[in-house]
Amino acid sequence: MNDDVQRLPISVTVNGDERVLEVAVHHTLLDVLRDDLALTGSKECCLVGECGACTVILDGRTVDACLVLAVEADGTSLTTIEGLASEGRLSPLQAAFLDHGGVQCGFCIPGQVVSAHALLQDNPHPTRADVDEGIAGNLCRCGCYEQITEAILRTAEASGR
Amino acid sequence: MNDRVGGSPRRVGGYGRVTGEQEYVADIAAPDALHVKLVTLDCARARIVSIDTTDAERIPGVKFVMTPAYLPTPIPRFGPQFEDRPILAVGETRYHGEPVAAVAAETKDAAESAARLVKVEYEALPAVVTLAAALVDGAPLVQGPEVRPGDPLSTTNVLREHRVGWGEPEALEADKADLVIENVYDFPMVTQFAIEPHAFMAAPDGDGIVVWSTIQHPNWLQRVLSRILGLPLSKVRVLSPDPGGAFGGKQHAKYEPLVAMMALRAGRPVRLVLTLEETFQAVRRAAATIRVRTGFHSDGTFVFQDIAADYLIGAYADIADRVVGKGSYPGCGSYRVPAARILARSVLSHTTPSTAFRGFGAPQVNWAVESNIDAGAVALGIDPLELRLRNLARRGDPFIPFDTPADGDWEQAARRAAELIGWGTPLMPGRGRGIAFGIKSGPTTGLSYSTVRLLADGSVVVYAGTSDMGQGARTVLAQIAADELGAPLEWVTVVMGDTAVVPYDQQTSASRSTVLMGNSVLHACREIQARLQSMAARLYGVEESTIVVERGIVRVADLEVPIPDVLVRGLGRLGGELIGIGEMRKEADPEHPLGGSAAFFEFNCTAIEAEVDRETGDIAVIRHVTVSDVGKALNPLQVRMQDDGAAIMGLGHTLMEHYIYDDAGRIRNLGAIDYRIPTSMDLPLELVSDMIENEDGPGPYGSKGMSEGALIPVAAAVAAAVRDATGVVIRDLPLTPERVWAALRDRP
Repeated sequence: MNDDVQRLPISVTVNGDERVLEVAVHHTLLDVLRDDLALTGSKECCLVGECGACTVILDGRTVDACLVLAVEADGTSLTTIEGLASEGRLSPLQAAFLDHGGVQCGFCIPGQVVSAHALLQDNPHPTRADVDEGIAGNLCRCGCYEQITEAILRTAEASGR
Repeated sequence: MNDRVGGSPRRVGGYGRVTGEQEYVADIAAPDALHVKLVTLDCARARIVSIDTTDAERIPGVKFVMTPAYLPTPIPRFGPQFEDRPILAVGETRYHGEPVAAVAAETKDAAESAARLVKVEYEALPAVVTLAAALVDGAPLVQGPEVRPGDPLSTTNVLREHRVGWGEPEALEADKADLVIENVYDFPMVTQFAIEPHAFMAAPDGDGIVVWSTIQHPNWLQRVLSRILGLPLSKVRVLSPDPGGAFGGKQHAKYEPLVAMMALRAGRPVRLVLTLEETFQAVRRAAATIRVRTGFHSDGTFVFQDIAADYLIGAYADIADRVVGKGSYPGCGSYRVPAARILARSVLSHTTPSTAFRGFGAPQVNWAVESNIDAGAVALGIDPLELRLRNLARRGDPFIPFDTPADGDWEQAARRAAELIGWGTPLMPGRGRGIAFGIKSGPTTGLSYSTVRLLADGSVVVYAGTSDMGQGARTVLAQIAADELGAPLEWVTVVMGDTAVVPYDQQTSASRSTVLMGNSVLHACREIQARLQSMAARLYGVEESTIVVERGIVRVADLEVPIPDVLVRGLGRLGGELIGIGEMRKEADPEHPLGGSAAFFEFNCTAIEAEVDRETGDIAVIRHVTVSDVGKALNPLQVRMQDDGAAIMGLGHTLMEHYIYDDAGRIRNLGAIDYRIPTSMDLPLELVSDMIENEDGPGPYGSKGMSEGALIPVAAAVAAAVRDATGVVIRDLPLTPERVWAALRDRP
């Protein structure tokens, strides 16, 4: 069947680098990130936009990469989990996740960190309720929500000083 | 940050987890791997008439479609208790989602398209998906009698019966008690829902095979594959990267034998990553209906417990029958009960094979028995906490007569929880409080080897076959080695998940790893310390017996020498390293009902304050207190994370989670939209977790296992709080708004 699969060229800025590629029209952004660009930090779980494990930032807004067709991302700018640490140095938010016990198995964590990153960009001084709502789309079966919330609030506090 | 034992350093392996670099099975690059898609039917039970793969195999990129025709006859079967599960369904399917064939193709797209084109002609047959349907006379048999020759139960759907009891039979008679409370409780089918769906990969490897899996028990999987493939253990390499959550659902082999067979047929790697829907169809917790008769004296002390629990397991046994036996066994709870009778049955059905799930069968019976105790307290007019404390086993009590005596000061945990919830203080209108105790038997057998290498510069490599699926074993084992050998934590590497490199570990389950693997690593470190002792004796020209090596220091008379100093001088010009081998056994006891006594007990007290919305039936958990007796927290933050996580998971099956089956045996709420688990918006307003540390456990430094206890009593504590708030008693889980609303409406 692959012979008759329609492919389209797209150009997308991923973590600051412009990438030009041909994508199958039915492939999601998550398919392309993981399979074509080998950016496997965004995780695959529910594929229906409920678990948040594939959360990425697309032109400043968080989206579930499993719900966006890759062709829709043409011309956009993306930030994925791979774009948050720089030169091996964790972002303050990533460090806070570790310091406050926000990470157990880790599978949901890329999505949690990306959601939290976007939340703090939009709202640098969130209340606890803002944080609970901000990560409500990111399931954590290990049940680290209290610690994740703590990590986000402490990061916000530290950056306010 | 304190990274010694008793401190809470950053998680070892945490960096990869917050940067996306951590490689889970589905992330492993294998450009030459074929993609596998399972072919399943749209019903639970069917007679397979024929499988036509012609159209599927015409799809470009499809290499082949695996069907039973390409597998040995009789088809290889496997399972941790009974070898009853075929690699692919043969003749008949037994649950919704059981694979009948599997496509291998160059791309995921091709595999998915082809899977839809495999033509399976089948005749749908009546399926049993409830206890009532499975137990009725003349019910269709899930497994034919030929599977269990000589077993009198083989003509029924009861796989096995488990009986435990003590005291005289007549002590269970109603007239021996001042009050008898008898009720029936239901616990739903729920699923582990690890965020990482199960994933498998296999590749031919010279004259052997290598298999990657999200499995918790790589050594057990190695044995299964070795038998099925006819290969020696040394030719079966299992690689098990840290699982992305498991909760018991990844303990035993599922589709690894199929994937291995397909890799051998293809002569190249093949990969199968399940969808979340497929994981729902692959693993779940057993549902249960539990009848409890509790006899009380008028002062609230127990006369007897009489428990009959039917667990609805799936179409194949997996480890489910062990779950039934071991989970129901401490059914009388953490109390002194003069007479007990427990009958638990594992009942087969045409549903997803149930398997291990955090709590391992204990949450079901605990829900019933603790709720029945609450009912007794109400009937007797005795405070539910006070009634429990009157019965609670004290340290050393042989509360289960033929098992390990009570191994903690459990009253401390109960009183701490009561204090933290404000037990007995006035409540706001519309609110109620509930309390429950949970207990679980720890591992009954165990065998954990480890190797520790102290390298020439004082850094350390630990080889331990435990799976770190989020509980933090890697961190705790590193802390132990760092402490004992005087290395900074970041100088310790823990190697796991490779049967070709890491020595044998029986399994990662029953909250065993801190205790069993922890002791094994401790022993390995002690062996290295003994070598250091001889080294120091030689270097300082003193008697070995005058030298003490402990917690990273070599003491020579008044001198305290850091281990690396002795090591470097002792190893000399050729360098080298010191190697320690650890071994920790928990021996079996063939006479014991479970095949072995408990290595330890997990005790937890959970106390809940809840508010019930009388208009909607919605339960708001205002305060959730969970206190576990952990012996010694080697890493207090990780202990809290495990307790919080278990508490929240417990709220899942208490308030919202359950499978819904239709008459054809199909799960109607497959996937994350229709099956809800707690999110950050579903938490208690306040979650308070605390721990009791008396250093009285069998693990390193007095630790005990603790990862499941905080889940066990959640349901009973919440239901008791609802009862306290509203007067309404509900005996079915989950306590959905609809169910609570209906109970409020119907109350007399």
